[in-house]
Amino acid sequence: MPWTKIQADDSRKQVSFGGPASAGLRELSYRDAIREAMSQALETDPAVFLIGEGIDDPGGVFGTTVGLKDRFGAERVMDSPIAENGMTGVAIGAAITGMRPVFIHMRVDFLPMCMDQIINHAAKWSYMTGGKVKVPLTIRAVIGRGWGSAAQHSQSLQALFAHIPGLRVIMPATPYDAKGMILGSIAGNAPTICIEHRWLYDMKGNVPEEPYVIHPGIGAVRREGRDVTIVATSYMVYEALRAAEELEKEGISIEVVDLRSVLPMDEDLIVESVRKTGRLIAADTGWKHCGVSAEIAAVAAEKAHAALKAPVRRLCLPFVPAPACQSLEKAYFPTHADIISAVRGIL
Amino acid sequence: MTAHTDISAEVLKRLYETMLRIRLFEDRVAVLYPEQLVKCPVHLCIGQEAIAAGVCAHLAKSDYIFSTHRSHGHCIAKGMDLRPMAAELYGKTTGCAHGRGGSMHLVDTENGIPGTTAIVGGCIPLAVGAALTARKMKNGRVSVAFFGDGASDEGVFQESLNYASLMKLPVVFVCENNFYATNSPQKARQPEVNIVERASGFGIPGELADGNDVLAVYRTAQKAVERAREGGGPTLLEYRTYRWKGHVGPLADIEIGCRPADEHEAWLKKCPVDLYGRYLQENDVMSDQDIEAMLARVEKDIDEAIAFGKAGQEPAGTDLYDYVY
Repeated sequence: MPWTKIQADDSRKQVSFGGPASAGLRELSYRDAIREAMSQALETDPAVFLIGEGIDDPGGVFGTTVGLKDRFGAERVMDSPIAENGMTGVAIGAAITGMRPVFIHMRVDFLPMCMDQIINHAAKWSYMTGGKVKVPLTIRAVIGRGWGSAAQHSQSLQALFAHIPGLRVIMPATPYDAKGMILGSIAGNAPTICIEHRWLYDMKGNVPEEPYVIHPGIGAVRREGRDVTIVATSYMVYEALRAAEELEKEGISIEVVDLRSVLPMDEDLIVESVRKTGRLIAADTGWKHCGVSAEIAAVAAEKAHAALKAPVRRLCLPFVPAPACQSLEKAYFPTHADIISAVRGIL
Repeated sequence: MTAHTDISAEVLKRLYETMLRIRLFEDRVAVLYPEQLVKCPVHLCIGQEAIAAGVCAHLAKSDYIFSTHRSHGHCIAKGMDLRPMAAELYGKTTGCAHGRGGSMHLVDTENGIPGTTAIVGGCIPLAVGAALTARKMKNGRVSVAFFGDGASDEGVFQESLNYASLMKLPVVFVCENNFYATNSPQKARQPEVNIVERASGFGIPGELADGNDVLAVYRTAQKAVERAREGGGPTLLEYRTYRWKGHVGPLADIEIGCRPADEHEAWLKKCPVDLYGRYLQENDVMSDQDIEAMLARVEKDIDEAIAFGKAGQEPAGTDLYDYVY
């Protein structure tokens, strides 16, 4: 098993992202970190292959697969028909017979086409076979945002999948996490959906050259603080950090928890942080209703109720589809300013 | 019946034994079902045995099959032990899926059965994926998808044929056309075009044969499996047959008006097991004594399987969370 030799980093408090590279550590963009993960996975294990519509085109899924077909060949970096459900089934069929496919989608919005195969098949296979047949399948999908991407090209559907036992749902926010969590997913035996926010691809951070894995279900404290906990997902981690920086000038101390994985969710870390600060804001890239932020709030209500000094607040998308025009887009996506207002509201 | 001239007596007998195992196992389930010890829905394949037997006769242990909610026959034909199958129906830890799957989710990795799915059409792309693995690993394996006429209405059917043809994958698509999707007749769901004709739209061969004639199935499946194994790509096979029981459960659905009684009657006369048994006797392949000995052997296996199934323990309840990941 080629994956067993790879080191795991299951720490909660790594903060190796953002800012200039510190001495001896290499800086990579989120996109290059993912491309390195793809490349190292293909090098590590002949069972790994990448598949998806247009993954071998010059754009290479926002740069994350550029050059890989030339290097590894069309049998391992495979273009695919636009037949999302069928091709998900094909990927599952390959996964349950010995391969470790990575199925890549340019948009999260295409995943609803695959719901039968993801929910009824991938998520259930281990259970329905009494644990005899595992599904080592990684599905990568990108959240678009802005420039009129509109209702069918900018959805954040993590909550749909996080509702399903048998799946794992990861949302790495940093280059370090993107590489380690994707490699962890490919090395693991559970069907995993990796949701990548398009606005993260240019983010820079320290990324070791050698392969390493990060297991799902371990959050990270990105910034320590005393007064308010912000538990954020994906791109919202950066909005939370920016809000924290501004509030610090006023003497308000914010703790930012990057959830990293929404299924499983690091409930202990949420509880620990809420017990420390007594106040919680959940900031998610998706909608509020029955969403990831609702789950975060529920964890606090069930497990840290006595510690709460103020109502929980949630920053999510307004409960409407994403609009196309710029004025409505501006009104639609929550920013650090909204987080700051929310913090003021509970202090 | 199609003539058997070039098929060995051993193969001819094995086909019959497979059909008997399926028929007698399914008959037994139907008889025992009212005991209410099998606490899961059962979708019996009585009347359709020839297809499973004729196709799987060409498969090695390591070849893959993928099947549906109506999978008992396919799994038996592929070589699955009846004991873990029966135990799974009884919901026991000794079952093939430790009681987590039930009748609709049989599995036997040793015999090339990576699992079965109860979502119509769901198994078709899985079979294509297994064929993709075979191509990548260059292990010479063939993958077979069994599905019904209802599944041919699904999007994944078209998606799977397209991709298998594009990649010339070693997969055989076996459509068991029993003319009903649950209780909806084929004519209510599809224009009057043969399912097999869709193959040409994807540039692959298709063959239509009598699904109650095991030798016709055997011959057409042989070509398709050989073609797949030799790198010639996929084939679509359509076999016409009839399910004697209702969509689910041990009763025929004639009494409640799901299907016309005369249609049902006509198909009972075309029993694939009887037709083939008579053929073997008339052609001196098997004597009455041979058949009786075979029946006794199969009945004994089924007795043992049912006893094994009943004797097992149900999961404790504390192990509810096992096997999710």
